[in-house]
Amino acid sequence: MNIILNHNQEKIEVNSDTITITQLLKIKNYTFRMLVVKINDIVVKKDDYSTATIKDGDNVQVIHLISGG
Amino acid sequence: MPTFELIKQIMQKHTVGIAGAGGLGSNVAMALARVGVGRLIIADFDFVSESNLNRQFYFRDQLGAKKVDVLKENLLRINPNIEIEIHCIKLNDQNILPLFNSVDVMVEAFDIAEMKEMIIEQFQVDKPNIPLVVGNGMAGWGESNEMKVEKLGNLYICGDSKTEIGPDMPPMAPRVLICAAMQANTVMSILLENQFGDEYNPKP
Repeated sequence: MNIILNHNQEKIEVNSDTITITQLLKIKNYTFRMLVVKINDIVVKKDDYSTATIKDGDNVQVIHLISGG
Repeated sequence: MPTFELIKQIMQKHTVGIAGAGGLGSNVAMALARVGVGRLIIADFDFVSESNLNRQFYFRDQLGAKKVDVLKENLLRINPNIEIEIHCIKLNDQNILPLFNSVDVMVEAFDIAEMKEMIIEQFQVDKPNIPLVVGNGMAGWGESNEMKVEKLGNLYICGDSKTEIGPDMPPMAPRVLICAAMQANTVMSILLENQFGDEYNPKP
């Protein structure tokens, strides 16, 4: 499936029509602990990462949060 | 450009929430006080310490004081016309939304990444119409051109999104103030957006 990930076109090689956020983070090897994920501009709560799905054409933002202020 | 008098009139009608009164929060508040924001709601549980003075908007004779108390004093010395509501409280996912319920724009000014994540989840999920302006990555020095503002719908991320504080990467006034100024500048853009035509309205 093709998605926009952090402003870039990405082809994700999967056998299903959708993937969960948990699967995407694993595929992309995003290991940061503190993340916020937006699918089509809607923030998904961390508790829902294993159920919230991404489909072809979705605009996904993975924001890595770092300490300092 | 509109005159500063006109800008102040519009700023004066608005309320901005600031979660945290450290390097980001105290300096965002200072900038917004100078441009005449009407009302600030500021929350922080901490006290002013020696190590804060390398970047935070406090003074040596305020060491040991509650940050929110002396920040309010400092802001009123700049602009006595602001209404300032302060809360000496440790914010969490239970108390943050009710406390900042009435803001037009919310500013995230925490130091810890976990808290940044918490406020984004709380506001973006339950209060998606309130713009949220976050500071993310401002440690060290130099690299001014790495600092930027990214707009993701109603969520604005200010900073370099890279430099995490640590023993070898301390936060210091110049870059922390760049980030705080970007946050305050973003707040102004949001508040003035509907008031002036597009030609007066540079995007963050």
